[in-house]
Amino acid sequence: MRSGRKRMKYSYYPGCTLKTKAQQLETFALKAAALLGLELEEQAEWQCCGAVYPLAEDEVATRLSSVRALAAARDKGEKLVTLCAACHHVIKRVNDDMQAKEELREKVNSYLQLPAPYLGEATVVHYLEALRDDVGFDKLAKLVKKPLAGRKIGAYYGCLLLRPAEIMQFDDPENPTILEDFLRALGADPVVYPGRNECCGGYVAVTDKEAARDISRAVVRSATGCGVEELVTACPLCQYNLAENGGPAVKLHYFTELLAEALDVR
Amino acid sequence: MQRIGVFVCWCGSNIAGTVDVAQVAQSAAAMPGVVYAKDYQYMCSEVGQNMIKQAIAEHGLTRVVVASCSPRMHESTFRKTAAAAGLNPYLVEVANIREHCAWIHKDKAEGTKKAIALTRAAVAKATLNAPLVAGESGVEKRALVIGGGIAGLQTALDIADAGYAVDIVEKSPSIGGKMAQIDKTFPTLDCSACILTPKMVDAATHENITLYTYSEVESVSGFVGNFEVAIRQKARSVDAKKCSGCGLCAEKCPSRKAKSEFDEGLRTRGAIYIPFPQAIPNVPVIDRDECTYFKTGKCGLCSKICPASAVSFEQADEVITQRYGAIVVATGFDMIELDKFGEYQYGQHPDVITSLEFERLTNAAGPTGGKFVRPSDHKKPKKVVFVQCVGSRDTSGRGKPYCSKICCMYTAKHAMLIRDKYPDVEASVFYIDVRTPGKNFDEFQRRAVEEYGVQYIKGMVGKIFPEQDKLMVHGVDALSGETVVIDADLVVLASATKAKDDAEALGRMLSISTDTHDFFTEAHPKLRPVESHTAGIFLAGACQGPKDIPETVSQAGAAAAKAIGLLSKKKLVTNPCVTTVNEALCSGCLACEKICPYGAIAAKTIELTNNGVKETRVVAAVNEALCQGCGGCTVACRAGAIDLKGFTNRQIMAEVDAICF
Repeated sequence: MRSGRKRMKYSYYPGCTLKTKAQQLETFALKAAALLGLELEEQAEWQCCGAVYPLAEDEVATRLSSVRALAAARDKGEKLVTLCAACHHVIKRVNDDMQAKEELREKVNSYLQLPAPYLGEATVVHYLEALRDDVGFDKLAKLVKKPLAGRKIGAYYGCLLLRPAEIMQFDDPENPTILEDFLRALGADPVVYPGRNECCGGYVAVTDKEAARDISRAVVRSATGCGVEELVTACPLCQYNLAENGGPAVKLHYFTELLAEALDVR
Repeated sequence: MQRIGVFVCWCGSNIAGTVDVAQVAQSAAAMPGVVYAKDYQYMCSEVGQNMIKQAIAEHGLTRVVVASCSPRMHESTFRKTAAAAGLNPYLVEVANIREHCAWIHKDKAEGTKKAIALTRAAVAKATLNAPLVAGESGVEKRALVIGGGIAGLQTALDIADAGYAVDIVEKSPSIGGKMAQIDKTFPTLDCSACILTPKMVDAATHENITLYTYSEVESVSGFVGNFEVAIRQKARSVDAKKCSGCGLCAEKCPSRKAKSEFDEGLRTRGAIYIPFPQAIPNVPVIDRDECTYFKTGKCGLCSKICPASAVSFEQADEVITQRYGAIVVATGFDMIELDKFGEYQYGQHPDVITSLEFERLTNAAGPTGGKFVRPSDHKKPKKVVFVQCVGSRDTSGRGKPYCSKICCMYTAKHAMLIRDKYPDVEASVFYIDVRTPGKNFDEFQRRAVEEYGVQYIKGMVGKIFPEQDKLMVHGVDALSGETVVIDADLVVLASATKAKDDAEALGRMLSISTDTHDFFTEAHPKLRPVESHTAGIFLAGACQGPKDIPETVSQAGAAAAKAIGLLSKKKLVTNPCVTTVNEALCSGCLACEKICPYGAIAAKTIELTNNGVKETRVVAAVNEALCQGCGGCTVACRAGAIDLKGFTNRQIMAEVDAICF
């Protein structure tokens, strides 16, 4: 069914960090998308996702911005595409809440008073998932102009994209492959190392720098120990933690930077 | 009008505690047709039974209703009682006022009300009971054992020693099963092969045993005493009659890519191979997927060099059909795949191995000749970490929720053997609980800790990080609450056991049930542990649930005893509660044939005269020997043309009406 130049239209949720600290993540994603036939229309008046998924079941207010983004995508009949791992995590889990938790659903809808109550109808996909499932890595591989051959690149997943696996439905949390498959499509020969799905320390960096440093150093050590010279991430927070503590041993990139590079739109 | 006697049992306080038994008897006395009603403390006792016999004689009873426990417990007792008093045993009806009433109620008034209703239903049904006569069928004096591991071998030897012919069907090229792969056995540490191979030889040389190796059961029909089984003997591509077992072909085969199943993939084998040195039969087999000749038509080296000209590329599968009186299922178990446990690096790092691989690695006939070295660089490890419960007692959905039962003991064995041979090697075991409930088992595990200094850490491993030439094992010590990191050289995973992948399919072929994990289900968890739900089919070994060798051998003996008991009978009494077809009502749609789980219904053409015109019609016909009386067809029949003797539609409706009274 997929025709050569069919364009696929999505609602796109960027999130705050992509407009400030992590602009490269977005810029190159959008450049590549244009070439790949992914039409990402930024949602009007999107709000901050809240950055952290609220674990309190009765916490309604911090879920509202996600629901607004979800409902807007639903109303347009489009998939909601995210780029930032943290935003993706929050919005995907809130969507699951709206499908599964009746009491919360009622409270959110009573509060929001949307024209049509939101019942979890939207589909949330990460940019990588759109690449894999809608564009196809095989097709991506054909569009690569500058293959990333000969470089020692490792994928770093962190935890937000992978866990909890039954909700995120992203990849096998213990042995993920999507980023490696992506890198292979770009002509790279990715290095698989055991720390790739460990936590970077996350927001612990705010309260306990020492602990955060130990955690992200362990990740970098695991990568360099396997010969990794460059790491790709999909998360601004991972990028920050690894950059702060990783030292000069590894170069860090957002996955979209390498995507743009391989497609020669950088 | 029937003359019905009702006998209400107290079952001590089991029934009388929640049911006013006297009131049940009193109410029963007023039910239609009841001429006698009595309650007594233990109806199943000799006194109780005599009470029934006496009442039949004195009151001329034509029907007997016993309100007591489940008919599964004592129906046969009371049928015998009635028969002894000259009454047809099928005129007895049991009202279950214990399991279905007393045990599940707390309120005595409620319980009594329900007991009366159940008794009234039984009286209504008994009124319509008809005398039935059980038939007889013969017994084929031959047993089939499916599986040639220790369970199957033991069963076959026991049955054969009792003087009956036994056929063993083994899927792989040799008998021996998992036990042949094991190095030492717990808790006595005797060499597994040394105690197994004599049994293999016994089975191979026993005059009453026929081996069908490299064979599979293809179809099963028939019933207890008279099963008909088709066995597919796969083509070995070697003529077993000519082959001398010299092994030259296996040695010279140029194809060396196939992984040895026997050595758990730790070394390769030829495309033509003998699985292991003590294999029985000692006849090679060609793996046609690996063989260059079969793939390209070139090579054929084995055929050229065979001194006996035994290699036969043209050999085809052969199907043997045989009749059996009894079948024993002894198909064993497997270990789970570990692809969902990425955190342990199994399959990604060569020095993370399973326990079964460890057995091969320490075996003198194994890939390293028994030298204890790790797979990656063939250096001797200094620190070995064992991880128990990899996929066992796992409720995350990745593994199995049950305990695999054998891992605590074999892990203690592995750790102990290492420390015994190489006192300089450190051995640590991560465990959830240590479970050693067997004879001399706990003492064995304690020896590992106390005498051999194996370090036991209560906790699980979170992840293994390979770093340089070490495996950094990150775990938790739950007793101290601290995280633990061990720089291991070798990690051994005690992966969970599982049922064979084809267990469910085999179960369907045999009409025996499997549980949610595909282990075969025994007829009763306590009282009938080696029988399946289907008469004449028995279970032995780990196909019924995780088991160690001593337990497997005892169960195999028990299954053999059951099979011998069956084979020794001259005749079998058949169940008269089977279905019959009213041919006048049957439309021949054969909906019944499709739902019959026992293959007891088939189409039959009858001739009849319709208004003077002769015509033929297709109707359903029940093979009474196959029918198990489940009644499924009576419900499927749209015309209501099928009825189950002893449970006719009229009887069931009478019960329902009586309950809705």
